Amino acid sequence: MKDINEDIAWAKINKDVLRSLESPRKLYWVIVFCALAAFSIAVGCEVYQYNIGMGVSNLNNPHVWGLYIATFIFWIGMSHSGTLLSAILHLMHADWRKPIYRFAEAMTTFSLMTAGLFVMVHLGRLWQFYYSLPYPNDRGLWPNFQSPLLWDAMAIFTYLSSSILFLFVGMIPDLAICRDNIHSGWRKKLYTVLALGWEGTDRQWRNFRVTYLTIACFLIPLAVSVHSIVASDFAMSQQPGWHVTSFPPYFVAGALYSGCAAIITLFIILRYVFKFEEYMTLPILKKTVRLTFAIAMVWTYLNAVEFASVWYSHDVASKEVLIQKATGPYALAWWGMIFCGSIVPLILAFKRFQTNIPVLLVTSLLLNLGMWLERWMIVAPTFSHGYYPWTWDHDQWPSWVQWGMVFGSFGWFTLLFMVFCKVFPSVSMYEVKEMVYHRSLASKKLEVSGAQESVEGAH
Amino acid sequence: MSVSNLLENWAEFRHTHPVNDVPHDPYKWAMSIDLDACTGCNACSVACYAENNIPVVGRDKFQHGQVMHWMRIERYWPEDGRDFPDQGATFLPMMCQQCEAAPCETVCPVGATNHTADGLNSQAYNRCVGSRYCSANCPFKVRYFNWYDYPTTENVWPAEMTQQLNPDITLRSKGVMEKCTFCVQRIRAGERAVKNEGRILRDGEVQTACQQVCPSGAITFGNLVDPESKVHQKWKAQRVELNADEQEKDKEEGGTDLRGYRILEELRPYPSVMYMERVRESAI
Repeated sequence: MKDINEDIAWAKINKDVLRSLESPRKLYWVIVFCALAAFSIAVGCEVYQYNIGMGVSNLNNPHVWGLYIATFIFWIGMSHSGTLLSAILHLMHADWRKPIYRFAEAMTTFSLMTAGLFVMVHLGRLWQFYYSLPYPNDRGLWPNFQSPLLWDAMAIFTYLSSSILFLFVGMIPDLAICRDNIHSGWRKKLYTVLALGWEGTDRQWRNFRVTYLTIACFLIPLAVSVHSIVASDFAMSQQPGWHVTSFPPYFVAGALYSGCAAIITLFIILRYVFKFEEYMTLPILKKTVRLTFAIAMVWTYLNAVEFASVWYSHDVASKEVLIQKATGPYALAWWGMIFCGSIVPLILAFKRFQTNIPVLLVTSLLLNLGMWLERWMIVAPTFSHGYYPWTWDHDQWPSWVQWGMVFGSFGWFTLLFMVFCKVFPSVSMYEVKEMVYHRSLASKKLEVSGAQESVEGAH
Repeated sequence: MSVSNLLENWAEFRHTHPVNDVPHDPYKWAMSIDLDACTGCNACSVACYAENNIPVVGRDKFQHGQVMHWMRIERYWPEDGRDFPDQGATFLPMMCQQCEAAPCETVCPVGATNHTADGLNSQAYNRCVGSRYCSANCPFKVRYFNWYDYPTTENVWPAEMTQQLNPDITLRSKGVMEKCTFCVQRIRAGERAVKNEGRILRDGEVQTACQQVCPSGAITFGNLVDPESKVHQKWKAQRVELNADEQEKDKEEGGTDLRGYRILEELRPYPSVMYMERVRESAI
């Protein structure tokens, strides 16, 4: 089966994609409404917490970090697959990414924005958050450059601004198409401004390619470093269960994993809602699923490495934490993580499920549940069974404020994402055209020469 | 504000590693606590509340683990096969250990917690943004976060009790971290008082609140640099070295009969508090 139909007319591509800006299925509005409702719950929780104090989250001493940090890591992780699809696969000339990279890239940006909110929500004095940025001030005060949390703030800020830039630059030719096809209203003005006067001249295309490639190259090390730095928050601390050397690669693998699972979920939703069946085809889904499966196995392996290195290190405290995870108050969540993260993805190994939409939707959601649990299981158990015995018998359960905020963050993300897909073309028109063109060229060549070489990877 | 501030001064922002550091001059505040003398009466904890304007959070918040006792008496029940009335609890007064290589200091994103030249681990409330990373990385979990806006919370200090508050200490607002300061307000007041006389503090001129009230005199506080001070003599007698993560006495074959040790010394935070109790084989 082909990734994409080679004889789609260019005008039809424009028409189909531009239609997504106009008339989605009714489900779109249902999703937007639900997202808005969920988000308003989170807003309510935050207003309450801001006014009363952090105590309403049920965090306590020693459990000073909770779901906020866990969910922060989750959203940071989710942002990685966008870069994987758009930058890494771009450099590797895997052209099947073309119809789906735009929404993956948008996912990157919006999940980073969601993650940033969690840092804010977590802070005790949210109104002073700018203290942690190196801004010029009369007192000559700098933030503490030794703190991984500061590296975090800077890495996320850099990554967020770069991925917004990458998303925008990659969209310029499409914005010009929108500008030329929409004749009135605020959208016309918006596209006119954002298209930066794109006319598609040779010189513009050349500059565009160079710029796009440069940002892609810039973004890849950033993506790896961001999650390594998030891992450093834990790995550079002294606490048992956190002080693990393999955390940075483990976090990056986990990030790509949850991101790919989220891409599958959003792929299925977008495909249906915006009627993109012809572009987001099942063979492309299949490739994404296989990629996800591979990353799931890498994650499982790194997980095993972590357990083994803790077990055989004979560091009593770390080992105790590991045993506590498996048998203590968090046992259900921990085994849930193992089940959802390592057992459930085995479904993806079966060919018949690789294109089965209902199965994939459920599986991808379960994978992300597992990855969320993983983050929680990294953060929380260390507090309930750390070095100091006096802290051991304090159990803590997040209050409804924390849960509400976590729940609402999904609403906020979905809201941003859905609005984006309605305002901007979520399938890259110019790159789908390229793909169709190159593929048809390749198959024509194949017909002419009769050669047996594969059309895969043609560019 | 200039870039030179970053290039030149920030390296001095922190002390070098304490092992290689110059001796503290003229003070290095330290403590020794005799656990064999401690009766677990909690007077130190009460005195600390009174001296440092610590909010009394009440029953509910206590149950949520949001209590603010800078000085806490930990109670441990040895598993020696006996049941309650016969089973003897052991007590451990625990407060900020004022570590020389404090794990909390390096991780604070805004540098709100720093080391002072006289060996205290300081906390700048105004600078704190409440990321709580310091507490997360504290091996002793002795840092307490203001989960609520206690100065305005009802019943924390009932109206008639506000006259009791210590004017030398600020009330902390919500969202900042706080912890034992070794009664830094008393130290500073003492330093100012003797400055006019052109000398430095003598042993016993500054007492911490917990030390002052301890009925069995289990707590000794003083200047470790001063060879005449009680705390110096105790540390010396117990052969506990501040800047060593592996004490010479522990290398002796068969061990020593000395009682002094520091908690979680093997993590190398170089705590400034020495505890004295014979470590019994049965307890390990």
